[in-house]
Amino acid sequence: MTNIIMVAGIVLLFAFFLILIRAVKGPTVFDRILAINALGTKTVVLVAVIGFISERADFLDIALLYALMNFIATIAVLKYIELKRLD
Amino acid sequence: MDLAWNDYVTIFLLLFGCFFALTGGIGIIRMPDFYTRIHPAGKSDTLGQFLILTGLAFQLIETEPELDWSYTYSTDPWMCLVRLVLIIMIILFTAPTATHAITKAAQLEGLEPWVAPEEKEEADEEASDAVNSEDDGAQEDSGEESND
Repeated sequence: MTNIIMVAGIVLLFAFFLILIRAVKGPTVFDRILAINALGTKTVVLVAVIGFISERADFLDIALLYALMNFIATIAVLKYIELKRLD
Repeated sequence: MDLAWNDYVTIFLLLFGCFFALTGGIGIIRMPDFYTRIHPAGKSDTLGQFLILTGLAFQLIETEPELDWSYTYSTDPWMCLVRLVLIIMIILFTAPTATHAITKAAQLEGLEPWVAPEEKEEADEEASDAVNSEDDGAQEDSGEESND
């Protein structure tokens, strides 16, 4: 069963690189933010998958934290771009 | 390889989740402009991640009860299930919200939607026709607004 979950992780990594290409060459700044946001939510799933592969439950806590932080980071960057300041 | 029933459910969900994750990635690469790229990033990816995490949650079911009861608090399968459900709920709520916020910011910034080249020429011709007819004094409401 671990092998099957590992295959899912490798497919996720491949999708990761596809989105990373868009983050590197995105013509507008919003393309980059969109790609980074998608990367963040994919990272949450990848961390959870790694936790299940290595059978360590601690990784779920990290995934939970990352899911919360990713949303706040996206909103903060958007606010900075829109208002040109962070207060 | 002997698989229990929850393993088959996991394989099914992981397969669909990987399919949606891959189509989301390909869509983000191949779509022509920002407003179209929102669709793979906002919908396809969220569904894929939901399916993969649900598939992982089915692995927490113990089909062969182990006699080893040395679970600590953090490795208890029920606690893991609670955390997984929390992650799923957070992703389901925040990913579409973040996508919506990015779209709103782009719209406020004045980013123009992409139009296919042929349709753009037609739209330009119609716009020029409308300007000409207004010059002639014919105040007919042009049909462009209803074509949206």
